[in-house]
Amino acid sequence: MSQVQTEAKPVVTRNQALGWLRQMMLIRRFEERAEMMYQKQKIGGFFHQYSGQEPVAVGSIGILREDDYLITAYRDHGHALARGMEAKPAMAELLGKATGCSKGKGGSMHFFDAEKGFLGGHAIVGSHIALAAGVAFAIKYRGGDQVCLCYLGDGAINQGVFHEALNMAAMWKLPVVYIVENNQYAMGTSLARSSALLDLTIRGATAYGIPGYSINGNDVELMAETALEAVNRARAGEGPSFIDAQTYRYKGHSISDPAKYRLKEELDEALKNDPIFVYANVLRDRNWIDDATIERFTEEVKQEIEESIEFAEQSEQPPLEAVYEDVTVAPFIPQE
Amino acid sequence: MPVLAFREALNQAMSEEMERDDRVFLMGEEVAEYDGAYKVSQGMLSRFGPRRVIDTPISEEGFAGIGIGAAMVGLRPIIEFMTFSFSLVAIDQIVNNAANVRYMSGGQFAVPIVFRGSSGMAGCLAATHSHRLEAWYAQIPGLTVVLPGTPADAKGLLKSAIRSDDPVVFIEHENLYGEKGEVPEGEHIVPIGKADIKRPGSDVTLITYSRSLKTTLAAAERLVDEGIDPEIIDLRTIRPLDIETLINSVVKTHRAVIIEEDWPYCGLGAGISDRITQAVFDELDAPIRRVASKDAPIPYNRAMEASMLPSVDRIVAQVKDVLYKK
Repeated sequence: MSQVQTEAKPVVTRNQALGWLRQMMLIRRFEERAEMMYQKQKIGGFFHQYSGQEPVAVGSIGILREDDYLITAYRDHGHALARGMEAKPAMAELLGKATGCSKGKGGSMHFFDAEKGFLGGHAIVGSHIALAAGVAFAIKYRGGDQVCLCYLGDGAINQGVFHEALNMAAMWKLPVVYIVENNQYAMGTSLARSSALLDLTIRGATAYGIPGYSINGNDVELMAETALEAVNRARAGEGPSFIDAQTYRYKGHSISDPAKYRLKEELDEALKNDPIFVYANVLRDRNWIDDATIERFTEEVKQEIEESIEFAEQSEQPPLEAVYEDVTVAPFIPQE
Repeated sequence: MPVLAFREALNQAMSEEMERDDRVFLMGEEVAEYDGAYKVSQGMLSRFGPRRVIDTPISEEGFAGIGIGAAMVGLRPIIEFMTFSFSLVAIDQIVNNAANVRYMSGGQFAVPIVFRGSSGMAGCLAATHSHRLEAWYAQIPGLTVVLPGTPADAKGLLKSAIRSDDPVVFIEHENLYGEKGEVPEGEHIVPIGKADIKRPGSDVTLITYSRSLKTTLAAAERLVDEGIDPEIIDLRTIRPLDIETLINSVVKTHRAVIIEEDWPYCGLGAGISDRITQAVFDELDAPIRRVASKDAPIPYNRAMEASMLPSVDRIVAQVKDVLYKK
């Protein structure tokens, strides 16, 4: 069996762990099938695959309470599914349907689910980092003990708004946890070619006097444990934390990117340590799962995604008049 | 009725709204301990405390975004820009997030926020500090854009803006802050999207807003002396535009001049002129004329700057032009 051990001591019960494995499998399947739908031209625009990074979202969202919030950038399908969005409205959004999670107006990069405290997919790099601080500001203003998780890419650290928001979040002790999904590439520009320091915790944590963690984000339980520590700190009113979660994306930046800027060996190495495969082995070693259960998960997930495709394909297109809907809360008056 | 300065009217609006709704707070540079860069928030820190009157570092994009995030989960922030010239470094937040989050989320989130602050050519501030960005913001679906021209409207419109469930860009002309006028006490609400006919008339429709209202009213005195009877409309809200009031007036006068402080090319007047022309071209007895600023960056030199502005002379000349008078 596998030699791989998760670095963290189990922070989960067996049921939770199995749930996380299944969720990672669901996200992987969703992305793979969605990419096929894209190739069949059922999906348009920009499409950023999450494959390879699943433990970052699953581990950290897995320790949240129902009344907490999260917000992320444009590579957002995994976070939505990890937060419990069904595959159906997610797939329907990719197909631009009225039944989509943003009624077909957001697309791949702009998933939203208000009921689940999922404040979106945001597609201007870095822009949402300030929104997360604002959500945390509101929590503190009301005297609540929720937290806001904010995911960003390693490239986003180079935006000015990152530093503006972290400075205020740290100064005002806002309950927000910043999680860098450090997949080593800002689109096609490697970290070494975009950051003066490779240790991102110096730029994101030391610089603002907040706790910084640099961890293997592909270890789902370590991700959960680290996120929990940061979340508990935030709930206790002690302010933000910064987690540099190292991970790897299997696909290019977006669907149009063949990723020629990196070596095949690098990808092969990552695939050898595929986090879903690794975690399945960890759970096998603990005798928490057997092959039959893994097989069952595989089939269930397949079924769930196929149903989501069927749902999305059969859903109605939004009526063209809906372009004027949801612009404002007040009745919208087009200035035409 | 009490007479207040424009800045006091704004202060009253914010204070009354904060009194009645704990979700409302004021955030910006120097709004608290300094008592406001233009003293609009004078006394508010001592009245409401540091939880609700919050000084920020010089990070416009950051605190604009913090306001939007707080609004998405139900607070009602008032974000003060020391001047709208500085909103240029926060424009990503205003345009991409405040204006679009509701739409992109299929109506799941609202952004009840007010971005307010000074604007305009205020005297020897040169190009970077004299911007008039109202036409930029007015182009964006999802935003409401308001520019009060009197102290009473400043109070009534700001109260409406704070109560609005949508993002409002509320632009105050820096030179109006000391302007005095009667302001109703207490619950004085001016609805968003309604223009105000400041002077009824029959010969020509003068359309204006913000500081240019004063110049237009001064021009009207000259016009009356010369036997011309202008109708003066203060737009107050430029998005959504009160097109109905404009059309009704033009149908009556058959002539229109638009007076604005922004640049002429793609300026607000261009959009308004188009809307009127599309609706009632046949009613017009002359082309719509515009008095805007000159098409150049704003110079420091006092006389050069003054030459950029709509003046009584320029307004009178354009009115005579549409009336075919020498």
